[in-house]
Amino acid sequence: MRAYVIRRILLLIPTFLLLTILVFLSVRFLPGDAVDALAGKMQYVVGDIDRAAVERMLGLDQPVYVQYGRWLGDIFLRGTLGNSLLGDWTVEERILGRLPATLELGVMAILIGLVIGLPVGIYSAMRRNTAADYVGRSVAIIGLATPNFWLATLILTFPAIWWAWSPPLTLVPFRTDPLGSIGVFIVPSLILGTYLAAATMRMTRTMMLEVLRQDYVRTAWAKGLKERVVIVRHAIKNALIPVVTLIGLQMPILIGGSVIMESIFSLPGLGRLMLDALRDRDYPVVSGINLTFAAAVMAINLMVDLIYAVLDPRVRYR
Amino acid sequence: MAERAAATAPKPPERRAFLGGWPRRFIKEQPLGAFGGVVLLALVLVSIFAPYLAGHDPNQMTLADRLQGPSGEYPLGTDQLGRDFLSRLIFGARISLFVGLAATTLHVVVAVLIGGTAGFIGGKLDLLVQRLVDAWMSFPGLLLLLTIMSIAGQGLLQIIVILGVSSGITNSRVVRGAVIGIKENDYFQAAQAIGERTSGTLLRHVLPNIMAPIIVIFSITIGGIIVAEASLSFLGFGLPPGVPSWGGMLSREGRQYMEMAPRLAIWPGLCLTIVVYSINMFGDALRDLLDPRLRGSVGAG
Repeated sequence: MRAYVIRRILLLIPTFLLLTILVFLSVRFLPGDAVDALAGKMQYVVGDIDRAAVERMLGLDQPVYVQYGRWLGDIFLRGTLGNSLLGDWTVEERILGRLPATLELGVMAILIGLVIGLPVGIYSAMRRNTAADYVGRSVAIIGLATPNFWLATLILTFPAIWWAWSPPLTLVPFRTDPLGSIGVFIVPSLILGTYLAAATMRMTRTMMLEVLRQDYVRTAWAKGLKERVVIVRHAIKNALIPVVTLIGLQMPILIGGSVIMESIFSLPGLGRLMLDALRDRDYPVVSGINLTFAAAVMAINLMVDLIYAVLDPRVRYR
Repeated sequence: MAERAAATAPKPPERRAFLGGWPRRFIKEQPLGAFGGVVLLALVLVSIFAPYLAGHDPNQMTLADRLQGPSGEYPLGTDQLGRDFLSRLIFGARISLFVGLAATTLHVVVAVLIGGTAGFIGGKLDLLVQRLVDAWMSFPGLLLLLTIMSIAGQGLLQIIVILGVSSGITNSRVVRGAVIGIKENDYFQAAQAIGERTSGTLLRHVLPNIMAPIIVIFSITIGGIIVAEASLSFLGFGLPPGVPSWGGMLSREGRQYMEMAPRLAIWPGLCLTIVVYSINMFGDALRDLLDPRLRGSVGAG
């Protein structure tokens, strides 16, 4: 197991370095008009400023590898993602301030996805090709085809027309008022959660069907065990192992979805910060958020792989 | 879906007509896939004949007719700028299909170039390329797209290139896997042993054998690309506001009018959902026919 963990972490290092290059380069090819726009914008904040000064401030007058080295050095040696171009604050303090909202949205969406997806998937496999199975699968397929921003638009439009209802817009911190906070996030996390539930349901069903075909399940039936015992003790445990990987695979979808939900429901999370920073062309913030999210995806995938190796010993010896 | 077909016990003797038999078999074994195919055919026809089907120029504003209800003149009414809503939906089909086809084609080219090269050459190059693909895949798709779009600027060409290249890098994994699989085969090793030129091997042995996975990734990617374009346009980073994109029609500018005219909120999303659903069903059916090994590899559209 130790060898597997070490190998897995060692492979992560080059990937992470390539990732930092990617994050860095993605905002470094600013077309000239972006620098001009930035100069125009910054005149309001810091007074008269010309193109050359903006380029100096962004470090664009240096060769690219120097810029990259500086940025990486700041992150690893000084622990900072840099300053915003438009205000007197560092990128990391703003990210930390926005993190709770995104985290709450994401955690709730994942929980909703699992709470709906797992039981429906298991039941659908147990009662394969019955009406319940068809209904479950059809709803899941339609759920996967429905764009989440459309669902959100409908939920904002129709309750407003019928009952003059609109979702709460003031954020309540989870620590001071957990229930009120859940109330604010419940609608957007339900929208994201049902999408995740659809994918989870399909995967759980497939895995359950696979396991139910195995000899040891047939043996369990032959021993005369009750259905509940066969399913709970023999089938579910083995079927759910691959489903663990799904949580890792769903992360990018979840992050993209949270950008859209935070935009539609005006939630002050990282996704909103990202959209604002892109509109303001505040590139250090954009890089910072990209790096944070991508590092989070990598960390979660690492954890998923390690959990998988603990659950399924075959992986370790591959 | 396939297990249902497989469960039907003794099959009647099949007529082995070369082409005459398969559409009927396809409909019988993959009814949802056939339904998807019909919707896609309709989408293609609507896109081609959009200028004849639409009664109005999709961008012609008649401010006196703002937010009109459905009528003979405007079958689905007008939007907040007095543009014929049905005409915009029809041209929206054209945009979705065009972006979907163009970006997905580019995606196949990119996936084959990267995945094919890495898989064929192997060794250190493959190791490096795979780390790069790892890094690319841990970058959440929408964030990457938003970042690049905000730098490249809104536009049809930008969105096609960006969506095509980024999904091509991701799906290069599938092509790489297929190429590595081919290298294990006797016919490949025989070709190497008799000293066939690399270009000949690639054209004669590798390319024909990766056609099935290529068709499969094409059909499963196109739906995701159409949704991605709609999401970007919805957020205001995709196509410019004038272009009738289904995603753009649902965006912020129109939202305040949706309570007055809910059809503005319903139709673009419904079109998008039906198209994506049909593509997914058709793609699933195609995958079952062409490459059963890939079954279950796609969860999200």
